[in-house]
Amino acid sequence: MNDALLVMEDVHKSFGGVEVIKGVSLSVAKGEVACIIGPSGSGKSTLIRCINALVPIERGSIRVDGIEVNDPKLDRLKLRRHVGMVFQQYNLFAHRTALQNVMMAPLHVLKRPRAEVEANARALLQKVRLAGKENAYPGELSGGQQQRVAIARALAMQPDLMLFDEVTAALDPETVGEVLVTIRQLAEEGMTCLLVTHEMGFAREVGNHIYFTDGGVIVEHGSPREFFSNPRDSRTKAFLSQIL
Amino acid sequence: MSRLMPVILHNRAPAPAITLRAWHGLALGGLVLLSGAAADAATGAAANTGVFMTLARWTPLLLEGFALNILISCLAMAIGTALGIALGLGLISLFAPLRHASWAVMQFFRNAPWLVLLFFMILLLPYHLHIGPLAFALPDWLKAVIGLALPVMANVAEILRGGVQAMPAGQWEAGASLGFTRAQQLWLIILPQAFRQMLPPWMNLYAILTTSTTLASIVGVNDVVTRAGQVLAAEGGRTDLLAPIYGYVLLMFFIYTYPVAWGTRRLEQRVRVRR
Amino acid sequence: MIGAIAAWFSHLNDTTGINFTIFYDPFDASRFLQGFWLTLALSGVTILGSVAVGVIGAWGQGSPFMSLRAIVRVYVELFRNTPPLVQIYFFYFGLSALLPAGHNAFGMRQPLIGGFAWACVSLILFAGSFNVEIFRSGIEAIPVATTEAAESLGYTRLQTYRYIVLPLALRICLPALTNNLVNLVKTTTLAYAIAVPEMLYVSNQIWSESENVPEMMVVLFVIYIALVGVLVAAMHSWERALRVPGLGR
Repeated sequence: MNDALLVMEDVHKSFGGVEVIKGVSLSVAKGEVACIIGPSGSGKSTLIRCINALVPIERGSIRVDGIEVNDPKLDRLKLRRHVGMVFQQYNLFAHRTALQNVMMAPLHVLKRPRAEVEANARALLQKVRLAGKENAYPGELSGGQQQRVAIARALAMQPDLMLFDEVTAALDPETVGEVLVTIRQLAEEGMTCLLVTHEMGFAREVGNHIYFTDGGVIVEHGSPREFFSNPRDSRTKAFLSQIL
Repeated sequence: MSRLMPVILHNRAPAPAITLRAWHGLALGGLVLLSGAAADAATGAAANTGVFMTLARWTPLLLEGFALNILISCLAMAIGTALGIALGLGLISLFAPLRHASWAVMQFFRNAPWLVLLFFMILLLPYHLHIGPLAFALPDWLKAVIGLALPVMANVAEILRGGVQAMPAGQWEAGASLGFTRAQQLWLIILPQAFRQMLPPWMNLYAILTTSTTLASIVGVNDVVTRAGQVLAAEGGRTDLLAPIYGYVLLMFFIYTYPVAWGTRRLEQRVRVRR
Repeated sequence: MIGAIAAWFSHLNDTTGINFTIFYDPFDASRFLQGFWLTLALSGVTILGSVAVGVIGAWGQGSPFMSLRAIVRVYVELFRNTPPLVQIYFFYFGLSALLPAGHNAFGMRQPLIGGFAWACVSLILFAGSFNVEIFRSGIEAIPVATTEAAESLGYTRLQTYRYIVLPLALRICLPALTNNLVNLVKTTTLAYAIAVPEMLYVSNQIWSESENVPEMMVVLFVIYIALVGVLVAAMHSWERALRVPGLGR
């Protein structure tokens, strides 16, 4: 049913002596699309990296599909099979073709047979509308195309939760649309998504729940309709008036 | 304005670097010719004891010595690179004691003068090596190879560490988020990409190593420099032969090393452009 | 205190056979110290000289005159791609034989320029050629727009180089320069080959007489590593003093 896939409770994180996440709690239900927005420096990128254990947290709890991330005995591989991540800088492996990028993790990490992995990879590239670019190297692809390969690469692990860290921020405006269409398609197919994004239009149309962070805490959250038309907190109002 | 014009015109494009190979070879050849001609003029030598005839006569002997220099450089590079990769992996290890020990070893061999290391090997390594039932002689040139392989090892380790360090953090993040172990990230993602960056400094190291093989002559190895000394002695210590013969040896090294340096520069440009 | 150290090392030799003669034998101590000073002198002179050559050569490489650029290019390629040892021999044996010479007290031919001087000349030219390349890469890393701005303000080429290009290029290429100067200090050992009594030469004399090769090796390694450490620390503190906030991010 609609039970929570991701639950974060009172998460704290410091770098050096500076606390960047000061007690964040949220929950994302299965099939839900959650968007985190906020000014830069509010801890959004750090927050999303805590979810798949790229960044360890000091205090609090993060549970993904029952797996506790803040566990010293965490099985990282198990966690990362459930969570896929797409980055702002795409981070494709430049020495491999698009197809090989998508195939690498299932081959080496999951150790699935090659034929099956290749067939899946081709299907995924077709799904993100890059059929015909299988043998292209990342250097030969546009930013939007690279980002779609990155999405396909994350999907190849068949995750339950997809994390998107400002994935359109580094793209030319013309290519932003093609990436957003891809994410929207995923959402409509029922994938649970958590996006850190600046794309307010996308958040309003596709998002189910919006979180606004500032200074390491969640200031306000709600459904897109309530959030954008009736912001309650003054900080939210100030931020929205700046960007809308 | 007229004062500025040549300045502005000049600065439209940066001054092109001269890369004509012929010029430099000509220059070095010219150096040999000049010193030979000066020597000949000073002593008024007859044709068949002239500098050029002498050099031509002794060339096979000198080239044999030069071949030994090349052999030493290739062996030392091979051994040093293999050891250096291992040491480099130790430098980037997450296991602190290994990392610190590797760092100490690297610093020692990078900061010790190569000539002192050579003396160390020549004087302190035994003449015969006994490994189990096998006993084989350790000739001087082989000791020189070992002595030169050690600083190469330290430099290769540093090149590897630098190359890995220069990889953007995003590559590690992407690999981690896909579930790769650190070893997998290193072998499948980081090292293959860093390799291209590491090639130019590695080739540069080989050029430096090749010119450093002449140090072996100081510790008694029969390389081209030692042979040049023998030629001088055989010719009765003629002062007019001094400059030409060393110029000749310089020419040999130049002809061998310059293409390596040129290839390295080309590779550097290609690596830069692709990024 | 020195007497106590001497006594301790003498005792060490008597009991264990570990023989550091330079600490308790006055003759060995004095000549080793002289060798050490000579190494320091060689290092100091060649460091300063080669940096000067590097600065001048890098300026020459940007010259509008093709002949000047060619001369610098030929010089750099010549000295970078040939063995420094053979360069020293070429200068000390080859060139000095061609130069006019006087005669010493025994009536033997005495060159006017001695081993130390030739070693300095040779090493300055050798390290200088690498420095020219290092400075050139630093200069090339400066955006053309910066030099264009200088020209449009009325600076001559020399003024641009002195006040704008060189300060920026220096900050960019300091790590590579440090590396090269460290190599230069290590390369001063080559003066051994022309009988300049620097540290390695003197150590050779000592271990030939006292048969204490491992001990002298240890001393040599420690001192050279310490010398290099001091140089690196000095370069790093210079780098910090030159640091401009935001540059090189």
